[in-house]
Amino acid sequence: MTRPLLNVRDLRVTFHLRGEGDWPWTPPRNLHAVSGVDFSLNPGETLGIVGESGCGKSTLARALIGLVPAEGQAEWIDGKNLIGLSPGKMMKYRNDIQMIFQDPLASLNPRMTVGQIIAEPLITHNPRLKRPEVKERVKAIMEKVGLLSNQINRYPHEFSGGQCQRIGIARALIVEPKLIICDEPVSALDVSIQAQVINLLIRLQKEFGLALIFIAHDLSVVKYISDRVLVLYLGKVMETAATAELYSAPLHPYTQALLSAVPIPDPSHDMAASIVPLAGDLPSPFAPPSGCVFRTRCPRATGKCATETPVPFGDSHRTACHFPGPLTEEEIAVARRVETA
Amino acid sequence: MALLDITDLNVSFQTNDGTVHAVNDVNLSVKPGETLGMVGESGSGKSQFSFAIMGLLARNGRATGSVRFDGQEILNAPLKTLNRIRAEKIAMIFQDPMTSLNPYMRVSDQMAEVLTLHKGMSKRDAVTESIRMLDAVHIPDARGRVRLYPHEFSGGMRQRVMIAMALLCRPQLLIADEPTTALDVTVQAQIMTLLAELQRDLGMAMILITHDLGVVASSCKQVAVMYGGRIRETGPVGPLFASPAHPYTQGLLHAIPRIDHDGDELAVIPGAPPNMTCPPAGCAFEPRCPYAREECANSRPVLEPFAEARSRACFVPLDDVLQYRLPRTPAPQHVTQGGQA
Amino acid sequence: MMIEQAKMQSLADRMVRDDVKGRSPWADARKRFFRNKAAIVGLLLLVLVVLFALLGEFFAVWSNEELDFAVMGQVAQMGAPSIENGHYFGTDDLGRDLFSRTVQGTQISLMVGVVGAAIAMIVGTLYGAAAGFIGGRVDQFMMRLVDILMSIPYMFVLILMLVMFGRSIGMLFLGIGMISWLEMSRIVRGQTLSLKNREFIEAARATGVPGWKIITRHIVPNLLGVVAVYATLLVPLMILTESFISFLGLGIQEPLTSLGALISEGADTITYGTIWQLAFPLFFFVITLFAFFFIGDGLRDALDPKDR
Repeated sequence: MTRPLLNVRDLRVTFHLRGEGDWPWTPPRNLHAVSGVDFSLNPGETLGIVGESGCGKSTLARALIGLVPAEGQAEWIDGKNLIGLSPGKMMKYRNDIQMIFQDPLASLNPRMTVGQIIAEPLITHNPRLKRPEVKERVKAIMEKVGLLSNQINRYPHEFSGGQCQRIGIARALIVEPKLIICDEPVSALDVSIQAQVINLLIRLQKEFGLALIFIAHDLSVVKYISDRVLVLYLGKVMETAATAELYSAPLHPYTQALLSAVPIPDPSHDMAASIVPLAGDLPSPFAPPSGCVFRTRCPRATGKCATETPVPFGDSHRTACHFPGPLTEEEIAVARRVETA
Repeated sequence: MALLDITDLNVSFQTNDGTVHAVNDVNLSVKPGETLGMVGESGSGKSQFSFAIMGLLARNGRATGSVRFDGQEILNAPLKTLNRIRAEKIAMIFQDPMTSLNPYMRVSDQMAEVLTLHKGMSKRDAVTESIRMLDAVHIPDARGRVRLYPHEFSGGMRQRVMIAMALLCRPQLLIADEPTTALDVTVQAQIMTLLAELQRDLGMAMILITHDLGVVASSCKQVAVMYGGRIRETGPVGPLFASPAHPYTQGLLHAIPRIDHDGDELAVIPGAPPNMTCPPAGCAFEPRCPYAREECANSRPVLEPFAEARSRACFVPLDDVLQYRLPRTPAPQHVTQGGQA
Repeated sequence: MMIEQAKMQSLADRMVRDDVKGRSPWADARKRFFRNKAAIVGLLLLVLVVLFALLGEFFAVWSNEELDFAVMGQVAQMGAPSIENGHYFGTDDLGRDLFSRTVQGTQISLMVGVVGAAIAMIVGTLYGAAAGFIGGRVDQFMMRLVDILMSIPYMFVLILMLVMFGRSIGMLFLGIGMISWLEMSRIVRGQTLSLKNREFIEAARATGVPGWKIITRHIVPNLLGVVAVYATLLVPLMILTESFISFLGLGIQEPLTSLGALISEGADTITYGTIWQLAFPLFFFVITLFAFFFIGDGLRDALDPKDR
């Protein structure tokens, strides 16, 4: 068996937040943005992370790359735990892990030329590289991502959204990383541009043997690109499985509700007949429900769910639920009544 | 008789970079109780189209043509007429609810103000009616929450408040401009279900402006596809999705990943949407079209009926388009740079 | 026309193997600035005022210290502006040439404004950017210090300083410099805080770019717009402050003078019918302020296109 590229065990991110009117000595409130996340990622594989806004998916990405402090284990292929490394020691791994951001234009410094932007990771990690060589490599990578290499001296505002995202991809790719974390890379793009960027990512992944962590709220896109999918809710993993299995036979009630709500571009599909509505709102992350965090909106919740926190179980298809399995007609009917009440 | 009749609507803006023709020669009609989906990407002119109807264009914008609501001309009508129609007959909701809610006023005061102003109700009756409306949009504990300020509601609830406010005067037409784009899928499903339900109860027509084909498929009867400021194809939702007759519609439908299919290739529409300060001389989609022929580059196709209730604007013979063809240029495409992006 | 341009441009981009030159945000801003008529007028006026201050001496017949004994004592009758006796702007109450005194005063006033704004720009930008970027307790401490300094009535302190240590141009610069950077540091800190959370800074941090490089490469260039605008608007404020102090008689020491001091003298003697003693310095004073304000407004519009 091959060693995973990244093996994450019990990853936790806690923010200590102070209220506006708090005194300096008031103890800060703790926000568990991500708690107890486990997954492993093989070289060349794509892991999709889905969840609604506020579920901690972006925080998880930033924790892996060291932008927010985290606790737990994130073991790299060489056996090193990336969490809590000093900036100097982390430097070596920043070469291997790169990131692509959501807003294509905002992730590029408006005062730098495209060439300078793409070259930045390269010269940060290889300060002794000669200028002509840097330029040559920048141009080569621009051609790779479908940009004209003679545009090297242009500025970000002269490009469209899709092209800016290509620049972002080129910047991530130039240091030849092993893993790219994509934080909602296509959600700010137009429909017709989305497909271009997704196909580009897939092509580059094959060509460079990249592993991807693909974070998105669009479940269709995640299905298309991922090998495995991880579903987050309030900072906790609800379910994780191979893509085909998760989409065809979801076990966790939350995953089922999420999938049923995805609009399908087929007028013959009767959304109203298949949807599992979720009652109420997302609970406050400051005071998450006891036991299973999803129980307040779950059509299947019982007393056990309020007292015992479900532990993810299963082999390749893991679910954190006391009562996994497809929702019955009755349960769906109950959920609809609760929602409209 | 049609409720809303739009003939030859043109919208242009004077900017420092020249005249931008945002909407060109739009002809449409909406029947009472009908739902029209307006599909387009950013810059396609779909939002300016709705602003023109409502008389909400920016100061440098100019609309020509005719928009008749219930037989009355409302395009460029005097403010007094517009104000009455806007409040009582046509309502509009937006992507960001805070654009139509005053953050410094209690929801009860804002809603009651509409009713006292337009229906001449007493404050007490107006508040009672507001509570009824909040109940109708399924806000739990409406009586208790009516005294809250807009920011005290969650994103989905705020959207409901905005809808309730828009519907207070029981309008005959609701224009919804990307009402669910900023929301999570589960909340989006709730809001779309709610809109359908309210539409049925109030017998209201709706124009749903969106980029999401999935949302259109599940909630609209008629669809108009816009590209480069012009309508490219219109028709009933079923046939239009089943056999798209315009290359752009076809491209869009094949460019989105599907959650209900497995193993499809994502077909890419190459290139980027046109720059509206210098639109192409011919068909705006020509540079990206896999079927493009000589005449497409030189003259503009007009919208012509070709089957029952369906029209399209394209020179390519219908049979050619219906025999679906993958885009002519496989990835990678070099995206051309047109003027300022 | 537009179509052709854009098409040719994109065609050219594809054909040419040479690198295309980009339009930097600065170049864009420059273009917008030169499209703004009021700003151009301001810039032109400022150039004229600066030329007057620099080259005026060469046209002066009299120096600013010489007393013209011919007009002394009968300034109201003899000291009016005239080409013949070389007093283009007339003379002051003591018979000194007002032209060369105005030239000299303009020099001093411009210098006070520019030096004050420069101190503000350098100290304020570094202080504010450091506080904003480091954040946390350091930021708290640094900004509270600014609050404390700001709460001191600076005019009172400045006057006290000038009285205690004597009136000198050095002391004046010191005093004005000390107060001018406070507001600037606050503005820069605010901007830095909002920049710090932008995605391109995150991208740089994620790839391991060291902190000082993030400040110099990513933060400062993006601050310069705001700093430039604020500094331009600060110059006239500095000139006004100096004038006010000079008006109180505590500013520049004779024989040096500033526009404020000249206006003060002119106002004192206005009852004797020597209106030119007030009019000429006041004219240059107003022109200079106008010029700076117009340029500042123009810069703001040019550098922040969202407001258009």
